[in-house]
Amino acid sequence: MKIWKNAMLGTAVAALSATGALACEADGRVSIIGNEFPAIQTVAAAAGACAGIEFTSNLTADHQTLNVAGMTGNPAEYTTAIVANSSIVALINEDVIQPLDALVAEYGQDISPSQLITVDGKIMAVAFMANAQHLVYRGDVLEAVGLDVPTSYEEVLAAAEAIRAAGIMENPVGGAYAAGWNLAQEFTNMYIGTGGEFFTPGTAEVSINNAQGVEALEMMKALTAYMNPDYLTHDSNATSAEWEAGNVALMNMWGSRTGVLMDDEGSAPEVYENTMVSGPLTVGDSGTPATTLWWDGWTVAKNVSDADAAATFQAMAAGVSSDILNDETMSQAVWLMDGFDAAPVNEGVLASVAAGSRPYPMRPFQGLLHTALGDNIADFLQGNESAEQTLADIEAAYTAAATEKGFLQ
Amino acid sequence: MKHSSFFWFVLPSALLMLAFIAFPIVSVVTQSLYQEHEQVIIEVENCGPFGCTTAESVDQEATAALREAQPLGQFAGLDIYKDRNHLAFAEVGEAWTSSVSMRDFAGSLMNLPFYDAIAFTLTYTAVVTPLTIIFGFLIAIGVNAVARAMRGPTIFLSLLPMIVTPIVGALVLFWMVDARGVLGAALQWASGDPDLSVKASTPLMWIMLMVYGTWSSAPFAFIVYYAGLQTVNTDTLEAAMIDGATRWQRIRYVVIPHLVPLTTFIALIQLMDNFRVFEPIISFSAQAHARSLSFAIFNDLGGETRLLSSAAATSVLTIIGVAILLSPVLVRTWRDFGKER
Amino acid sequence: MSKATRLSPTTKIVAYGFLSLWLVMAAFPFVWTLWGSFKVEGDFFSKADWANSLFGTLTMSETGGSFTGDGYYGAWVQEEFWRAALNTLIVCVCVVTISLTCGTLGGYALSRSTYRYAFWFLLFALMFRAMPPLTLVSGYLLPFFEWNLWGHLSTTIIVLVAINQPFTLWMLHAFFKNIPKDLDESAMVDGCTRFQAFRHVIIPVMWPGVITTGLFSFLLAYNDFAVTTMLLSKENQTMVPKLVSFLGTTQTKGNVMFAVAAVVSITAPLFVMIIFFQKQIVSGLTAGAVKG
Repeated sequence: MKIWKNAMLGTAVAALSATGALACEADGRVSIIGNEFPAIQTVAAAAGACAGIEFTSNLTADHQTLNVAGMTGNPAEYTTAIVANSSIVALINEDVIQPLDALVAEYGQDISPSQLITVDGKIMAVAFMANAQHLVYRGDVLEAVGLDVPTSYEEVLAAAEAIRAAGIMENPVGGAYAAGWNLAQEFTNMYIGTGGEFFTPGTAEVSINNAQGVEALEMMKALTAYMNPDYLTHDSNATSAEWEAGNVALMNMWGSRTGVLMDDEGSAPEVYENTMVSGPLTVGDSGTPATTLWWDGWTVAKNVSDADAAATFQAMAAGVSSDILNDETMSQAVWLMDGFDAAPVNEGVLASVAAGSRPYPMRPFQGLLHTALGDNIADFLQGNESAEQTLADIEAAYTAAATEKGFLQ
Repeated sequence: MKHSSFFWFVLPSALLMLAFIAFPIVSVVTQSLYQEHEQVIIEVENCGPFGCTTAESVDQEATAALREAQPLGQFAGLDIYKDRNHLAFAEVGEAWTSSVSMRDFAGSLMNLPFYDAIAFTLTYTAVVTPLTIIFGFLIAIGVNAVARAMRGPTIFLSLLPMIVTPIVGALVLFWMVDARGVLGAALQWASGDPDLSVKASTPLMWIMLMVYGTWSSAPFAFIVYYAGLQTVNTDTLEAAMIDGATRWQRIRYVVIPHLVPLTTFIALIQLMDNFRVFEPIISFSAQAHARSLSFAIFNDLGGETRLLSSAAATSVLTIIGVAILLSPVLVRTWRDFGKER
Repeated sequence: MSKATRLSPTTKIVAYGFLSLWLVMAAFPFVWTLWGSFKVEGDFFSKADWANSLFGTLTMSETGGSFTGDGYYGAWVQEEFWRAALNTLIVCVCVVTISLTCGTLGGYALSRSTYRYAFWFLLFALMFRAMPPLTLVSGYLLPFFEWNLWGHLSTTIIVLVAINQPFTLWMLHAFFKNIPKDLDESAMVDGCTRFQAFRHVIIPVMWPGVITTGLFSFLLAYNDFAVTTMLLSKENQTMVPKLVSFLGTTQTKGNVMFAVAAVVSITAPLFVMIIFFQKQIVSGLTAGAVKG
C-alpha cells in the first residue's frame, strides 16, 4: 500500500513536471539546500522541472550545517536555501543571502504579498508553508469522561486527571519533551503564552528569570506528571508513535505531523478515527496563545551571478506556485499560496493563526537561547533544582555564548 | 635507518596527516582564542505571512567594516576557556567560597556544563575500558575453546556489535529498551517492577550507556586477543603443565604475560575512543541524563547559531584530556623506545 | 591442538556457557532486526505490545501476509540503494588501497628507525587521533566549498584515509617490528637500497599484518557516518548516509522500514567477508601486534 502511495506521488510529480515545464523557463544554475520533509521535496521537484536550468538539490537533515558553508564561497555552491523563521537569521547574520526586491518586481507577479518575508523593509525570503503546534485530542476519550475540548493548559490538566481517574489511560498527556531542541521549543511556547518577553527590548540581554519564567516551568512540570515517565526522550517522532499506540489522549503537536496520525496506517481504527485537532492552548490569563507560528520559505544566495540568481528565483517561484497543488500535495502542508484548500487536518494551524499567536522570534540570538534552554530545563523537570536556579543557569549559559558571538560585551 | 630514507618513507602519511589533521588542529586552536566582533544591534520591523513584529537584528554595515579589518574576530586570549560554559574559573571560585560543605561544592560544580560532562565522560571511560578488556579476553578464551569448524560463524556473530551500523543499531536498541520494548519488558519482569523504565532514570541510563559501550567495543578487544592466543607458545604451556602448574597458574603466568603488549594497544585505543563517547548519547536520546565532552561539541555546532569558538575550545580540552589519560601508557612506550637504541 | 591447551570438562562447560550467553547478546539485536525487516513499521516499532513484531499483527492487516518485502523493495528499487552500494564499493576499495600503501611505507620506516623523532612522530599521530571527528569535519566544510572540493567521492576518500592514518600507522608499525631486522639489513649488506630491501624482502612477508589492518580500514570506511554524511553530495552518497536519510528528521511512514531493510542489506556482505578472511584476520594479527 505504501508503494502504491509512493507511485502515486511519482506520477503526481511527473504530471507536475509537465505543467511546470510549460510555466517556467529560465537560463542558469539552480542548486537547492534544504530539509527533507515531503512538502519541501514537492517544491524542489517542481523547481527542478523548469526548462533550461542546470539543477541540483541536496535535501538533508544536516542542511543547517551545510547551508552557511555552502553559500559562503564565491560562486556559492547553493544558489538557494530553504529555511524557516528560526534558521534564516543565521544566513542573514553571515550575510550570504541577497535582498529580493528587484527580482520580485521583475519575476514575482504571481507571488502573493503575504508570502514575502521582509526584514527592515527588504524582502529576504519567500514563504510557502506555515506550521504551528496545537492541541490534538481523542474525541472518544473526552466524550467518555464527559468533558469539552480543552482550550487552556489548566483544562488539559483537569481532563488528564479525569481520564486517569476513570482508568482509561495511565498517562493521557503527550508532548515532544525530548531534552534539547524539542524541550526548548515547548518552553518557548509556554513562556510566550504567559506573556513573557525573552529579552530586554533593543538589546541582547536575556530576561527570563522572572515570574512568567517560573510559571511556564511550573506548568510544564505539572503536565509531565501526566506523561509517560520517559518523556525526556520523546521527540515528535516518539510522541507520534505513542499516539498511534493509543496511549495518549491529549497533546500539543505540530500541525505538519497530524496528517499521519489521522490516516489508517500504523494504528487501530479507534485511534485514527477519533483523532481530532483543535486550536492552540492558552496558559494563565495573558490572552496570548502558548504556541509559535512558523513558516518555511526560500532565499537566494548573495555570491552568485545575476543570471543564476534570476534563474533560481524563477525556478523557485515556479516551485511554490499554485500549480504544484493537487490531491497528493494538498495535504502535505498548510500552503500559503492562493488555491490552497484546507483539509480538516490543517484546521489546527489555521486556528493558531486566527487566534493571534505570535511567530517564532526572528532574532539573531534567539537560537543561542534556544540551545541554552534545551540544555538546562531537564534538570528542573527531573526535580534536581528549583525553577529559579534553572532559569539562572539558562541565563548564564546564554550570556557566555552570546558574549562569544559578540552580541554581548 | 638513515634520515633521508625515513623521510621519503613517511612522506605520504605525513603529508596526509599534516593537511587533514594537523592544519585543522592549528586552525581549531587559533579559533578557540578568538571571539566574534561586537555586533551592532538595531531594532527592525519584520513582516511575513503572520503580520509584522519588531525584533532586534544585526546592523550588517556597521559590523562589515570590523570584519574586514580582522577576519578572525577579536582576540579573546583564554577567555573562551575560562567562561561559564567551559572551565568556568570564576564560577568554580565562587562556589568554593560560598559552599558550606564538599557536598554542596560538588553540587555547584556539577551544575556547570563542563564539569557535568567531564564527570560522565570520566566515569564512562573508567568503567567501559576495563570491562571491554575483560570481556574481550573472556570471549577470546571461549572462542578459542570452540571446535575449529565452528569458529568462523562464532567470530562473525561476536563481531556483529562492532559492525552493525551504529546509528540504526541504536535505533533498534532504543526501541528495545523502551518500557514496552522487548528488553524493557524483560527487565521489568526480571526486576519484578512493572514501572521500571530505563529511559526515565539517570542511574539506569548511565548503566545502559555503559553496557552498550562495552557491548559494542568488546568485539575489538576480542579479535585482538583471539589472535594473540594463537601464538601462545605451546611448549612453554606444556612445560608448565609438566611442572604441575594448574590451569589457572598457566593462564596467570604464561598466557597473561604474553598478552600484556596487546592489552597496552587495546587500552590505548579504547581509552581514546571512550573519552570521545558521543554516538550512544544521541542514539539513546540520553542528553537529559548524560552529557559528554563530544556531545557538548555537537551541541555547539548543531544549534541554529553555531558556536565555533566554543566547540574549538572544547575540542582542545578533549585533546588535552586524552593526552593526560594516555600519559602513563605513553611514558611506557617512550622507555621501551629508549631501550632499543 | 596440543594437550596443554585442552580443557577440563568443568572449564569447558563454563567457557561454553559464557560464550553462548555472549553470542546471544551479540547476535540478538541483529537477528531481531533481520526478522523485523520483513514486517511493517507499526509492528517492528510497536509501542503497544512488543510481541507484535514477533507475530506481525499489523503486517497481516496492512499487507495480507505475515511477512512483507516492502522494506527491501522500497530501499533497493524505489530509492535506488544500489547506487549507494556502488559508491560504497568505490570508497572502500580506494580507502583500503591508499591507506595501506601510505601506511606500510610509514609503518615500516617507523619500525626501523631508532631515532627519537620516530617516537615523536608516532606520538603526534596518536594525539591527532584524539581530535573529535565532529570538529575536524565541520572545519573542512568552508575550505572544501571554497575550493570546489565538496561533494566528490575523491575528497571523501582522501579525508577518510587521512583520519585513518594514525591507527593504520600504529598497527602496521607494531607488525613490522615483529619482522626480524636481520632480514632487510642483510639484504642491504648485499647491496640493496632501503627501498629495494623493502620491496624484495619485506613485502613478501608482510601480508598477514597488512590484511588485518586493511580489514579495520575497510570496516571504518564502510561504517563511517560523520565524514560521509557531511562531505558527500546526494548523488555520491554511500550506503550509511543514504540509510540514515531514510529516517530523516520527520520520519515518513514506511521509510523507516527502508532503513531497517538497508541495515540488514549492509551487514550481509560483511558476513561473507568475515567468513572469507577469518584465517587472515587471525593470522595477521598474530604475526604483528602480539609482541608489539
